[in-house]
Amino acid sequence: MDTATEQLKKNRAFLCLECGKCTAVCPISKVNNAYSPRRLLAEGLFYGAGDLASDRLLWSCLTCLLCSQRCPVDVKYSEYMRDVRAVAYSQGYFGNPSHGGALHHIMEMAASPKLRQNRTDWITKDLKVKQKGEVLYFVGCLPYYEELFSKDFEYSPISIAVDTVKILNHLGIEPVVLDNERCCGHDLYWLGQLDRFDQIAKLNLGEMEQAGVKQVITSCPECAVALRRLYPERVGENGLDVRHISQVISENKSRLRLGRWDGEVSFQDPCRLGRFMQVYDEPREIMSLIEGLQLHEMAHNRRGAICCGTTNWINCDATCKQIQKGRLDEARAAGAETLVTACPKCQIHFRCAQCGEESDKNGMKITDFVNIVASALKS
Amino acid sequence: MAVKTEQAKKKKKSKKEFVPNIVVFACNWCSYAGADNAGTNRLQHSPHFRVIRTMCSGRVAPGFVLKALKLGADGVLVSGCHFGDCHYIFGNYKQVEQFEVTKGLVKTLGLDMKRIRLEWVSAAEGPRWAELINEFVQQITELGPSPLNHKPGHK
Repeated sequence: MDTATEQLKKNRAFLCLECGKCTAVCPISKVNNAYSPRRLLAEGLFYGAGDLASDRLLWSCLTCLLCSQRCPVDVKYSEYMRDVRAVAYSQGYFGNPSHGGALHHIMEMAASPKLRQNRTDWITKDLKVKQKGEVLYFVGCLPYYEELFSKDFEYSPISIAVDTVKILNHLGIEPVVLDNERCCGHDLYWLGQLDRFDQIAKLNLGEMEQAGVKQVITSCPECAVALRRLYPERVGENGLDVRHISQVISENKSRLRLGRWDGEVSFQDPCRLGRFMQVYDEPREIMSLIEGLQLHEMAHNRRGAICCGTTNWINCDATCKQIQKGRLDEARAAGAETLVTACPKCQIHFRCAQCGEESDKNGMKITDFVNIVASALKS
Repeated sequence: MAVKTEQAKKKKKSKKEFVPNIVVFACNWCSYAGADNAGTNRLQHSPHFRVIRTMCSGRVAPGFVLKALKLGADGVLVSGCHFGDCHYIFGNYKQVEQFEVTKGLVKTLGLDMKRIRLEWVSAAEGPRWAELINEFVQQITELGPSPLNHKPGHK
């Protein structure tokens, strides 16, 4: 069996009923009718993945899992895209990276074992963190986002890390923060750079083992998915208990003392937190405990939530902007003033969508779930 | 025979010496012409750099510098026109803004800040170009190989 056939078989593509539900729900297809998951899959089935590798639309897939969820025969379309991308990447094809490729270069540099980063400047004296212990707070790419985006968006991505540690301290948890923690490699995995991903996974797991970590808390759903699902899948079982911060808060809510935070909000379910990890209720539950906070559900919510428009920092174009604009308008129509997300990337993408022309702006404020909880904490 | 082995030894020694790999982004209108000026004037300067011509220093996004570092460059120099001389009026001002971001990213990556540099060289400043290159090569040689330099022998 050749590689293309193997990939199709592995991802259940031969079971395709040609019902077209994937294309009907795909957020990209809704805006750009040149893109169709069903067509890409059919091309793979009829002509093999060879032609697909050079197709630029291959990199447009958001891997948001909405299609796989609707698929009656559970064709793993996102995983199929990853496998074809791995072939395409080995042949020298790549999509159109955003931000001059800066983020991809940072991710790829993370695979270098000799890299000694300087990424803990944000830890101030009032935050209690340790060098060694059982509970780790995995910061992710936030220190890099701080350097790249804080000036353009007048917002500090690192505040998510600061607020996460504040909440953990409030719950009586003193987390470990690693000095030389690397990028989790999530994006490299979905871009088909599996060798680099494996190397990063091994390096990260080595660092965690040295610090004696047993439980990992992340503030980014992508890191959570990478550590919980992708690391065991690629480099073997590691025995780590990985949870997103919203799950940790929900488990310890008896110790949580929340005050007031006034606002009409809508919750954007990040695809990695929702469809990948089935965490829908926890953030909503915590937000309902905050006095003065009114949650308005958008038309597409929970399992049917629409992605923030860009993934893996690749192929961001007018289509993505249109998806983001549509999502912001949906939140406005639901009666919200603030859009709350639980993923730092969603926030960056929505803020970017509000940076364009006057007609694109709808005045929606965007904030992270962690920032809201931290500002509602009673000292 | 004895002479030969001594020569061979000398060769081995020089192989071990650290030769830096430096990437220079030079703008088409000033710095690239400045480098040309240094060449036509036959000014002796260190050969351990590779010039990449860009239309404007403003085009050199943080990603370009990071890519050079990722591929194992020991130092990166971004060079453009003096303020007020830019062919595109404010490209070099844009580069100043971008270079701040680049510096922040390089600092977070834990690389030495001396590995990246932003300089202005005009088309008439051939001697200055030669001097600048010599100085930067000297600086990088003192720093040693970059931790991301995967060349065999540079461990």
